[in-house]
Amino acid sequence: MNNTFYIQRYAHISDHEVSLNGETLYENTTDDFSEFIKGAYQHLQIDYSKFFKMDNLSKLAFIAADVLLENESENNIGLVFSNKASSLDTDRKHQESLQTYASPAVFVYTLPNICLGEISIKHKLYSENGFFIFDKFNAQALHTYANSLLQEDKAEKMLCGWVDFDNGNYDAFLYVVAKKGTFVHSTTEINRLYQIK
Amino acid sequence: MSELKLELKEKIIEQLNLEDIAIEEIADTDPLFGEGLGLDSIDALELIVMLDKDYGIKLADPKEGRKIFESIDTMAGYIEEHRSR
Repeated sequence: MNNTFYIQRYAHISDHEVSLNGETLYENTTDDFSEFIKGAYQHLQIDYSKFFKMDNLSKLAFIAADVLLENESENNIGLVFSNKASSLDTDRKHQESLQTYASPAVFVYTLPNICLGEISIKHKLYSENGFFIFDKFNAQALHTYANSLLQEDKAEKMLCGWVDFDNGNYDAFLYVVAKKGTFVHSTTEINRLYQIK
Repeated sequence: MSELKLELKEKIIEQLNLEDIAIEEIADTDPLFGEGLGLDSIDALELIVMLDKDYGIKLADPKEGRKIFESIDTMAGYIEEHRSR
């Protein structure tokens, strides 16, 4: 059994910037996340009208995943995401709306794993997925879970990482794990790539 | 009636986040679901909430929505007939 897997490519969205493998794809100095992420969507020429209906966490995850999966032909790709704030940003909006009329369109995003569904619909993925909440970025957990699914042939590739949104603060780091790639899939490399921003 | 239709188009675009659609692109007879504006089941629930919140219309049977939300024309007609505000 081949126990060595590799990170093929990685993407970051943080600090006003979208990058792929360390190269900036889009920059915008605005502190308004809605404006920033809409600008990224337009700049990257993504044509997917449902994007505008998503909550902030899903928009963040969707763009990061799209950058990585744009030219991907494999669709047996498992998803393992994580964050700290869960869906708190949208949970608060839903709570506020309960004072008057609750919005069904807000309510449907009151779970963090909804963003996995949005990505799966766009990229036609029918694969295993999981979303975990940690106090901080946890490379060990992501590594263990991804390796397990790959070793058990539950997925050909894995899309893993961290997508966190709360109070206008955003941080996304996603990477693709496969049998071939550039970086050895290890906790050391995952942590190193996470810190490259 | 034409003012109400314009108002409905504005509300639909704003409340359903149809950012890539302009008011002029929505004809009064265009289907709102399916091949027309492409609205989905969550949008239908939003429209039911909008009828209640903005026009004081409570739909007793959500299935009624299928006919009411066929187009801007059918929505405006229903609202004119049943509105309490």
